[in-house]
Amino acid sequence: MSFAPELHRELGLTDDELEAIEKRLGREPSHTELAMFSVMWSEHCSYKSSRVHLRDLPTEAPHVLVGPGEGAGIVEVAPGVSVAWKIESHNHPSFVEPFNGAATGVGGIVRDILSMGARPIALMDPLRFGPLDDDRTKYLVEGVVHGISNYGNSIGVPTVGGEVVFEDCYAENPLVNVACLGVIEDRLMHGRAVGEGNAVILIGSSTGRDGIGGASVLASAEFDDASGDKRPSVQVGDPFTEKLLIEACLELVRNGLLAGFQDLGAGGISCPTSEMASKAGTGMRLDIEQVHLREADMEPFEIMISESQERMLAVVDPANVDQVLSVCTKWELDARVLGEVTKSGRVEVHRADEVLADVPADALAEEGPVYSRPIEEPQWLRDLHAAEVGDAAPPDLQEAFLTLLGSPAIASKRWVWEQYDHMIFLGTVQGPGGDAAVIRLPGHEVAVAVSVDGPGRYCYLDPYEGARLAVAEAARNVAATGGTPLAITNCLNFGNPEKPEVMWQFAEVVRGIGDACRDLETPVTGGNVSFYNETNGRAIYPTPVIGMLGSIEAPERSTGMAFVAQGHLIALAGTTDPSDLGGGEYAKTINGRIGGRAPRLDMGAERNLHRFLIASARTGVLASAHDCSEGGAAIALAESALAGDLGFRVDLGEGEAHRVMFSESPSRAIVSFSEDRLEAVRSLADETQVTLTVIGSVVSDSLDFATFAVARDVARDVFEGGFSRAMSASVT
Amino acid sequence: MKAKVAIVVFPGSNCEQDCHRAFSLLGAEPVMVWHADTELPNVDLVVLPGGFAHGDYLRTGALARFSPIMSAVQDHAEAGGLVVGICNGFQILCEAGMLPGALRKNSGLKFLCKWVTLRVDNADTAFTSLAAEGRLLKIPINHFEGNWYAEPDELDRLRGNGQIVLRYAENPNGSLDDAAGICNEAGNVFGLMPHPERACEELLGSRDGRVLLGSLLDRIESSRKASA
Repeated sequence: MSFAPELHRELGLTDDELEAIEKRLGREPSHTELAMFSVMWSEHCSYKSSRVHLRDLPTEAPHVLVGPGEGAGIVEVAPGVSVAWKIESHNHPSFVEPFNGAATGVGGIVRDILSMGARPIALMDPLRFGPLDDDRTKYLVEGVVHGISNYGNSIGVPTVGGEVVFEDCYAENPLVNVACLGVIEDRLMHGRAVGEGNAVILIGSSTGRDGIGGASVLASAEFDDASGDKRPSVQVGDPFTEKLLIEACLELVRNGLLAGFQDLGAGGISCPTSEMASKAGTGMRLDIEQVHLREADMEPFEIMISESQERMLAVVDPANVDQVLSVCTKWELDARVLGEVTKSGRVEVHRADEVLADVPADALAEEGPVYSRPIEEPQWLRDLHAAEVGDAAPPDLQEAFLTLLGSPAIASKRWVWEQYDHMIFLGTVQGPGGDAAVIRLPGHEVAVAVSVDGPGRYCYLDPYEGARLAVAEAARNVAATGGTPLAITNCLNFGNPEKPEVMWQFAEVVRGIGDACRDLETPVTGGNVSFYNETNGRAIYPTPVIGMLGSIEAPERSTGMAFVAQGHLIALAGTTDPSDLGGGEYAKTINGRIGGRAPRLDMGAERNLHRFLIASARTGVLASAHDCSEGGAAIALAESALAGDLGFRVDLGEGEAHRVMFSESPSRAIVSFSEDRLEAVRSLADETQVTLTVIGSVVSDSLDFATFAVARDVARDVFEGGFSRAMSASVT
Repeated sequence: MKAKVAIVVFPGSNCEQDCHRAFSLLGAEPVMVWHADTELPNVDLVVLPGGFAHGDYLRTGALARFSPIMSAVQDHAEAGGLVVGICNGFQILCEAGMLPGALRKNSGLKFLCKWVTLRVDNADTAFTSLAAEGRLLKIPINHFEGNWYAEPDELDRLRGNGQIVLRYAENPNGSLDDAAGICNEAGNVFGLMPHPERACEELLGSRDGRVLLGSLLDRIESSRKASA
């Protein structure tokens, strides 16, 4: 078979990669084979630029049952209770078509969790956009949030938290990351095609022309002004089918009918067939005519790489095939036997007597190229470090406080999360708007705390330190609720890896994550790398989003962020460095500067704070705890007060007021407790070597910083209305 | 003897497990019934749970009313049996003509998941008997199509009969007359948009849902005593 000589380039393969394929096969690949290689060897599926760096991440701990390389990491959170936890990106599809891009991002991560045999029970959505003073950005925010809401709500999985962040660098390249938590109900499944002679069954939606080249054309290339033309590469989601797929597949798992199981996502049918065979050291023979098609005239290569949604691949003992098909029929799902497991080690695709593809499974799944791409620290970084930090005092402190409180970055994201069902499954002990979501696991009296954090500005200034700060903040959020941090999943969003400065940022961030995870004993259980987040040559900030998972012994023993009662004492746990304004919200929003250095993290102090927070949740001495992050202690105090419909009277101590208020020094939390607990709290702080400074008390209706005071109603209106005002303001 | 509760599961239902947990907490004995079944087991109460039955394609509840189980649900109601539709279940009951009116998209044109305050405006029903009239209940809503509408003469009739059982203290979705929950004229079929099953534990923010679900179980128990 012959085809146009430049076809491989159109499919995203380089000349060298084509040569490697030909060498491996000992012949020219067929058209179908070339398409299969193009998706499996894409950056998105093969991790060819990132793999050499990711190898250095810590991935093991006694509680990590499954690490990177499967559908999702599996962590034992209590004896005999295991959860699946994974984050993915759907950045490019969401920019091209926000509603379906975001919706199918949700669908994809849910199937990752499902592939492990786990019931998906919670979603989190870290989102990043350009500034809200732009109509196109508002359209993206509306579309992405609606897409998540429509899909997540329909499949009945609560969206319990996330982030919404605004920076110039995301204007032409928004980030839509999606994390999902699942609980193993009966047995853990693996993506392995075990058992020669076992049937290979495709379950779910019919295969159409949507999403052809999603992994290669969309996810593994930069964008330019003509990217709208790539809209046909975005998949279209059907949440109703996904819901049926969840219920049907869990029934199959529960009844012990599956020998191997994997989802179809990027790369379509090519991916699970080759990966499952490769992992099991087996092969597969497939009859392409058995694939149920949406359009009758599809070419074989289209069928093999279509990314049509809501499909799973099951490997089934022949004796169980009828039962599998009847469960699928009950749930109104199509299921077809495509072929069988062989011992050939090859993926063979047939159409009647014609062999369309016959390639070693390992060649597709395991032997993709691995690149050690050139690395170079960017020259501009030194200028950035020397640039003005933006730490000058404001003309009016109260005005600066209210401006920050109502800025889209800090204001309540209620407009977003009220569109998400965040309560279904009766497990949401703490939902959106807090430090971490606290979820009681269905069927168990055990809870987990989950948080997602990605301080892109810090990583832009200091990729290594920023990555450590990201891991520390995610862990701190979990600890603030009383959770013990156990493991992370990460979504690494970067620019074009072929640029040495982007690759340097990547290497530094991975080094930072690795060091922080070793220090906190929270291994990496998997995640996702998203490169080529550039449009017209402008890269996003290096943006690692860390999803931290922690365990809480008893659901009723978590600490909330809201102040609880008037008269309670308020204390700052941890110490403030008044110079920690570089890259912070104050410098950016009030002084319009992003420069200098990110705050320094002392991991010893960080760990001590976690010990303090976890121990106090266990003993129940604190009424509230809230991590200090964007906007510093002043904003943390306001958030705790408004969450509890209360106020405060505090004195943040010596030093320039704007520095002590807005410094973003890490390793700090605002805590409150009743006066009779003071001694107990103090002694816990001493034991854990945390500096505890009582700064004031909870009052009813005023946010009082001694230097000025704001009525609670005024502050609430600014905080609760800031986001929707920005969304509805007309763009001039 | 425990009250027997059938929870109907349509393809696309998603609150059936939550209803199961809530009714179990309240001491009832819930059983799941598949939508394709044509008969109900011998039960005291039928619950149509929330979700997106049949994907809510075409129109919310429009396909579900044709599910085979629905004629058995109609028969159960016509024989005086208790039926409650929560959220999507309410939409299905309206589409099936078992409750008056229809549910349109929220006036804000957005999905809304939030805690709201309900007021019990008729405490003399099987669904509200544990409450005093005027009692406020904290229960969450979770819907895109909760904006109830009825023709003016129908509305007058419902108001006259006290069939608008629950009203929103602050209307979140444009619902006519602030209606959050209504019943049929016979008083044995109820529909409401808020989710009482989500408000049965203090840990989750409220126990007020127990007032509504508990009233139904209370009615079942007292009618058993009466017939015993």
